[in-house]
Amino acid sequence: MISTVLIIGGGQAGAQAIDTLRREGFEGRIVLVSEERELPYQRPPLSKKFLAGELAADRLPFRHQSFYDEHRIELKLGVRATRLEPAARRVALSNGEEVVYDRLLLCLGAISRQLTCPGSELPGVHYLRGISDVPGIREGLKPGARTVIIGGGYIGLETAATARKMGCAVTVLEMADRVMNRVVASNVSEYFAREHRTQGIKLICNTRVVRLDGAARVERVVCADGSIHEADTLVVGVGAVANMGLAAEAGLGCENGIVVDEYCRTTDSAIYAAGDCTYHPSLRYDMRVRLESVDNAFEQAKAAAQNLLGRPTVHDRVPWFWSDQFDNKLLIVGLSQGHDQQVTRGDPATRSFTVCYLKGGELLAVEAVNHPKDYMAARKLIAERARPDPDKLADPSIAMKDSV
Amino acid sequence: MPRVVFVQPDGVRREVAAPVGITLMEVARQHGIGGVVAQCGGACACAACHVYVEPDWPERLEPPEDMELGMLETAWEPRANSRLSCQIHLTQDLDGLTVTVPGKQGN
Repeated sequence: MISTVLIIGGGQAGAQAIDTLRREGFEGRIVLVSEERELPYQRPPLSKKFLAGELAADRLPFRHQSFYDEHRIELKLGVRATRLEPAARRVALSNGEEVVYDRLLLCLGAISRQLTCPGSELPGVHYLRGISDVPGIREGLKPGARTVIIGGGYIGLETAATARKMGCAVTVLEMADRVMNRVVASNVSEYFAREHRTQGIKLICNTRVVRLDGAARVERVVCADGSIHEADTLVVGVGAVANMGLAAEAGLGCENGIVVDEYCRTTDSAIYAAGDCTYHPSLRYDMRVRLESVDNAFEQAKAAAQNLLGRPTVHDRVPWFWSDQFDNKLLIVGLSQGHDQQVTRGDPATRSFTVCYLKGGELLAVEAVNHPKDYMAARKLIAERARPDPDKLADPSIAMKDSV
Repeated sequence: MPRVVFVQPDGVRREVAAPVGITLMEVARQHGIGGVVAQCGGACACAACHVYVEPDWPERLEPPEDMELGMLETAWEPRANSRLSCQIHLTQDLDGLTVTVPGKQGN
């Protein structure tokens, strides 16, 4: 008999788990513990419309307080889980309370990878992860402010685009030879680099930050080649790592994230995990993955909620991702690792094109730039393990759905 | 405040108050309307807030942009009156807007 479900983490996964638990008819006690003071809210707008001040704070939460009242959810906001004791099924909280659970769901998310070079501890070094990070960054994004972004990944480029739209003089410093190098094809990187440069952003690749300088706060960034970039505002976006300290200290299996099986179970039978903090099997791609993905957080939490109620549900999704930069929308579906063929549909000069990845003839993943039709068609084809004709794929006059 | 009606595939109707200035998807999410999934939160990236707009209403809404049309083309069972609810911005004129939730989201 399950009477108490404790959820730790108030992000997309934690919020979704509540919804699923009640929809599945669970009538028992649900406790949600979140370090953040806000009701569970959407994170993607933080680097985009919310940072720009175009989206009011009251539009970020998934649900209003009334939803939690109506569904009898005990919210413990601004509270941190300090210790997990799996043998006693007990969690100690920073407010001095202890919660004893029948099932525990860890939705701990990811945390920003920190710079380690000299000067990293200076005030004014901003990371963008939660809502509380935004005011400090936004305050510095005044017209003409020299804004340096370290890291040319999703967060870095989205923040750069937002800062530029707000009138800042923006420099992006990327260590690799191209932007978003871990996640997109080289022609997609090139396209976005050109878009950013056309908008007036100074984008520098192949550059390694060695030091941050400043008196009372960070004032400039020094690179390995000796170049110096003056910074009125500095934002660091150099990736994220799973937030798994609580789980690791409790002795749960952890590698690149909290290890779970396809039923979202950790190495303890009463503890489940979902979202960015998990290192989980993808049956579709025959490998273990850790994903930073809204869709994965949502779907894995749904599956975890069903599983912890004793209703076996395999989590095996084709993941998808998106990024908005200036007026461009990048839509990605699938995982491209292990591909043996790459096909580009359409001409980047038209500002709308798609890169397709295949392995042994099977469609693995697609990156669609301003091309929702290809993206939606690909979601279906990849889920069906379709084997499109590469010649038809390469011909943008043939609809992707008709390439099989 | 305008009121909007969500109809489930089985015909169950729910009428809710809808503040002006937010989207129909946000109204659905705040009220926990079943079947409006909306993982992307209005970025036009998931096609999981698809609804069918009742007769007479489609022409009273702002027409869909290309991004929305592209997402809907391969959505689950698209119809002429299909819309993504995240792209419908509520105004006082939309009092009484009635939409039906499809049997499935995504594609």
